[in-house]
Amino acid sequence: MKLWRGIKGTIEPFAVTLRNMLRKPVTIQYPEQKRTPFPRYRARIVLTRDPDGGERCVACYLCSAACPVDCISMQAAEDENGRRYAVWFRINFSRCIFCGLCAEACPTLAIQMSPDYEICSRDPLQLVYEKEDLLIADGGKDNEYNFYRHAGIGVVNPRGGNDDEYGPVDIQSNMP
Amino acid sequence: MTPLLITVALVLAKLVLIFVVVLTLAAYLVLAERKILGRIQLRYGPNRVGPFGVMQPLADLIKLLTKEDTVPDGADRVLFLLAPGMAALTALLSFAVVPFSPPLKIFGQQLPMVVCDLNIGVLYFLGLSSLAVYGIALGGWASNSKYALLGSIRGLSQLISYELSMGLSVVPVVLLARSFSLTDIVLAQKSAPFILLQPVAFLIFLVSVTAESKRIPFDLPEAEGELVAGFHTEYSGMRFGLFFVGEYINMIILSSLTTVLFLGGWLGPVLPPVIWFAIKVLAVCFFFIWVRGTLPRLRYDQLMHFGWKILVPLALLNVLVTGGVLLWLKGA
Repeated sequence: MKLWRGIKGTIEPFAVTLRNMLRKPVTIQYPEQKRTPFPRYRARIVLTRDPDGGERCVACYLCSAACPVDCISMQAAEDENGRRYAVWFRINFSRCIFCGLCAEACPTLAIQMSPDYEICSRDPLQLVYEKEDLLIADGGKDNEYNFYRHAGIGVVNPRGGNDDEYGPVDIQSNMP
Repeated sequence: MTPLLITVALVLAKLVLIFVVVLTLAAYLVLAERKILGRIQLRYGPNRVGPFGVMQPLADLIKLLTKEDTVPDGADRVLFLLAPGMAALTALLSFAVVPFSPPLKIFGQQLPMVVCDLNIGVLYFLGLSSLAVYGIALGGWASNSKYALLGSIRGLSQLISYELSMGLSVVPVVLLARSFSLTDIVLAQKSAPFILLQPVAFLIFLVSVTAESKRIPFDLPEAEGELVAGFHTEYSGMRFGLFFVGEYINMIILSSLTTVLFLGGWLGPVLPPVIWFAIKVLAVCFFFIWVRGTLPRLRYDQLMHFGWKILVPLALLNVLVTGGVLLWLKGA
């Protein structure tokens, strides 16, 4: 019985390998054939814009704080009507581990992961992306969202002028 | 004077032809192996160098030749440099006795299509396959490395053990053909190839030959999972390449001997004899590759157990029975 099992176990695999030999390989021939990753694939990081074309980033430093490898750095500034923005914004992709924590931390949906995975280079310095390289002319995953239309700060409209907002409350009239 | 010159020229032409064909075949066998193994694992295998990867052997050769040739500090220099040659040479020399076609008539001369039709061809082959042990033993010993030494010790005992069963499985064939000459053995298979008369001997021979060529499932001398690369751990560049090529030449030799001894050599209908011989040899080679893609490596004790307790007694029994039957037939 044991002998029969041994013989069977030696011969049966040959049928399996022969069957597999005649099947079509599953290889994707990379440079010629490219697979389209899923929309939520985590590859190159981008900075998105709001529907009005302005930068979404408010330079809050949450992404660089969340980054476990410290590959994001920036300098915050404020323009005359109180809008915060990043003077420079830099991501070092030779350090980035594509964990997506920055995109999770971002309160304005500015920093997002994109499915563009072909960003290798022989020169590490070419992998340091500046703000111009990172910005795209699109809203990314939530196209309709504009932070300053919900923020309660008078940047896009005067204070309290947004659709889901009301003006400043008179605290004297708000007594119990 | 002229007939002698023609003879010498023909012999030289034959030698060069065999040398070139065997070496090219060995190179392309590597490619075939990689491709077939790839297919078994649902991959394509090498297909980048030239159409379908046909230039891959050339690329491999260039790579191996341009790699640094290192000799470890503690190595026995002379033996270390000698061993790869031993491995490749013994494999190549065996082809001298393999007949690949019936004698040809050229310039009014009978030209045997074998380098040297020795009347003890089988013994010559067995002797050379014993000498092949030296390549492994010296390579492993001279490297002065524990992995290489372990690999070569394993290789030594494995080759010696399986040579026994291989030799014994050839005895019934010799009994049937009544000759040690490989040409006579092929001619004796005119009515039926010996695989039909001696299936047990064929199986034993096939298993022993797989062990003799150090291929999976008997690749314990190199066992990359346990011994890094076994006896050729310390080799680099073309010296490693020689071991590697020697292994594949060995595979061709052993396939052609399987063909000659059991599959009827060049005999076959319709197609010319050389084509038949090539088809059979390549089929056996394909089988070896198929085995490699199918079976896992044996454990060392299983290998010894299988060789000494199963194959050798079985082969001995087979010799006895064949001898008895032949005597009975003669008496009747």
